[in-house]
Amino acid sequence: MEVTYLEAIRQGIWEEMERDPNVFLIGEDIGVYGGAFKITAGMLEHFGERRVIDTPICESAIVGAAIGASFMGLRPVAEMQFADFISCAFDQVVNFAAKCRYRWGAPVPIVVRAPSGGGNRGGPFHSQNPEAWFVHVPGLKVVTPATAYDAKGLIKSAIRDNDPVIFFEHKGLYRRIKEDIPEGDYTVPIGKARVFRQGEDLSIITYGAMVYTARDAAEQLAKEGISVEIVDLRTVLPIDEETILASVRKTSKAILLHEDTLTGGVGGEIAARIAERAFEYLDGPLVRIAAPDTPIPYSPPLEDAFLPNVAKVVEKARWLYRY
Amino acid sequence: MAAVRPIDFLQAPSGPSAGTDAEVGLAFRALHYMVLMREVEDRIERKLYRQGKIVGGVYVGRGQEAIAVGVGLATEPEDVLFPCHRDLALYFIRGVHPRQVFAQYMGRVGGLTRGKDGNMHMGDLKLKIVAIISAMAASVPVAAGAALGIKYKGLPHAAFVFFGDGATSRGDWHEGINLAAVQKLPLVLICNNNQWAYSTPLEKQMACKNVADRGPGYGIPAEIVDGNDVFAVYHAAQRAAAHARSGLGPYLIECKTFRMTGHAAHDQALYVPKQLFEEWAKKDPIDRLERHMLRKGWASQEEIDRLHREILQLVDESVAWAEQSPYPDPSELYDNVYETPSGQGSEV
Repeated sequence: MEVTYLEAIRQGIWEEMERDPNVFLIGEDIGVYGGAFKITAGMLEHFGERRVIDTPICESAIVGAAIGASFMGLRPVAEMQFADFISCAFDQVVNFAAKCRYRWGAPVPIVVRAPSGGGNRGGPFHSQNPEAWFVHVPGLKVVTPATAYDAKGLIKSAIRDNDPVIFFEHKGLYRRIKEDIPEGDYTVPIGKARVFRQGEDLSIITYGAMVYTARDAAEQLAKEGISVEIVDLRTVLPIDEETILASVRKTSKAILLHEDTLTGGVGGEIAARIAERAFEYLDGPLVRIAAPDTPIPYSPPLEDAFLPNVAKVVEKARWLYRY
Repeated sequence: MAAVRPIDFLQAPSGPSAGTDAEVGLAFRALHYMVLMREVEDRIERKLYRQGKIVGGVYVGRGQEAIAVGVGLATEPEDVLFPCHRDLALYFIRGVHPRQVFAQYMGRVGGLTRGKDGNMHMGDLKLKIVAIISAMAASVPVAAGAALGIKYKGLPHAAFVFFGDGATSRGDWHEGINLAAVQKLPLVLICNNNQWAYSTPLEKQMACKNVADRGPGYGIPAEIVDGNDVFAVYHAAQRAAAHARSGLGPYLIECKTFRMTGHAAHDQALYVPKQLFEEWAKKDPIDRLERHMLRKGWASQEEIDRLHREILQLVDESVAWAEQSPYPDPSELYDNVYETPSGQGSEV
């Protein structure tokens, strides 16, 4: 069955709600309106007000209430209307949800869904990729699916997980990505990357929407005889070091690509791990490609210049290939 | 006349049952927990901390014991409690032993968090007592969530969340109350208004006169009680619980009291006018309850003295136990970050 990335997430949530009566949804405009992006469309009508809760505008209370409800044996799925707004709930996520198991043995099985990413002319407050903030917080899991298959399988795993999961869904993929996915129940494990494309000459390690940028670049480079392997991380915390290192040991060159800004981004962490654990395998410098260290601008020429694109990846890959 | 009975710490008492006369029984149990809280905290703040046996911060509720005890005795074991750091008695009422509290403060494995966190940052889901978030206003949305869970499951319970006057200035306090009010959640909000948030007096905290004045802004009932009168607090908590349990939504109780210490053990509170301490010392909730019990003929001085002696003995034994409790092994550093070991990062 061919479904969009958006529909895949919707199906995953729907099936988990059918499976487990303790799963419920909480967020702004998710019920009557069906969510700003229509992920929860039809759920209020089917599951009722008890399980699809429209809240006041209160990100901190949404996440806080999700945590409190999880103490009562429930499995809340909280929606941030845009990932950008998760900063309003930062204290609840990083100081409470992430630390409860460690501090006093209380599991916090919540999912916070965060529609992220640029390319939609959303401007500085509706386009950000804030995953790196949370990658720095032990106790959280941070998931960033690129495909419809993974989006469904990972949202199901996130809902069943007994630790707090921040689920970044890229807005630019919602309706752009369509795939055949299996009907019915399946899961994708959190914390496992996968090789999206096999290659020999260099590895591009990436996640989210940049998987497709890497893919388009790889197709172009293939015509020039450069064989690119793509590792889709799928989860950025915990990081699947094994899959990354296996790819780098095979190709001996690596590009770390993300849509998030450069400094303090996931790419730097992965580069450090490769340098620590696979240095002797490297035949070239580790190359980061990321958005520049600026806010995300609105105007099309500015946003286009901000986002990493196929041309940038091709150029850097050629340079690294020749190194 | 009711006899003083030692409280079994493994069994949280529920409702006034000690003695034939409910009021007398309640008075004895209230006195027991208030004196226990006072003596445990005095030992922590005035001995163990000064002896260097407690390395972290120490925050006590001296002079505010009637609030935790009055509310705690009005709750039922299935109600979910969110204490703030001046509510130690709630832990005792729920069955936590004083020796676990001393071990917690000393960073030993016998503490509720096995040394992962210190002082009042402790909880136990089995006892329905949630470990506070240090910046305590953050507990309010979480308590609203517990109340949501209670309502979701159709349970006849309530969540009780405690905070100071300073916490009411924070955004998530408002968010949590507003959400609970809109959703009509069974949430009881208890403000320990001790008139100081660290060094900041109430008039610099808020422009309204009372914390309770804020209740109508959320469409919820709010009442002011004398926070140093354990019976007044107890009865207010009962009214609030009945309201919350009946599906009418949250209820705010403002307990007027006074912080008879600095913010923490390191703080001499030189910014608090001395006469305020003198004035409020006369309203001490323990002295007041004892005078009341003597006047009413509910207890003899001898019985009250015996209660104090027994508690001091319990404190001595508990400290000795905690000092024997080992420190955690450094390898425990890595435990319980996740449900299963994640392979995250390098062990340094």
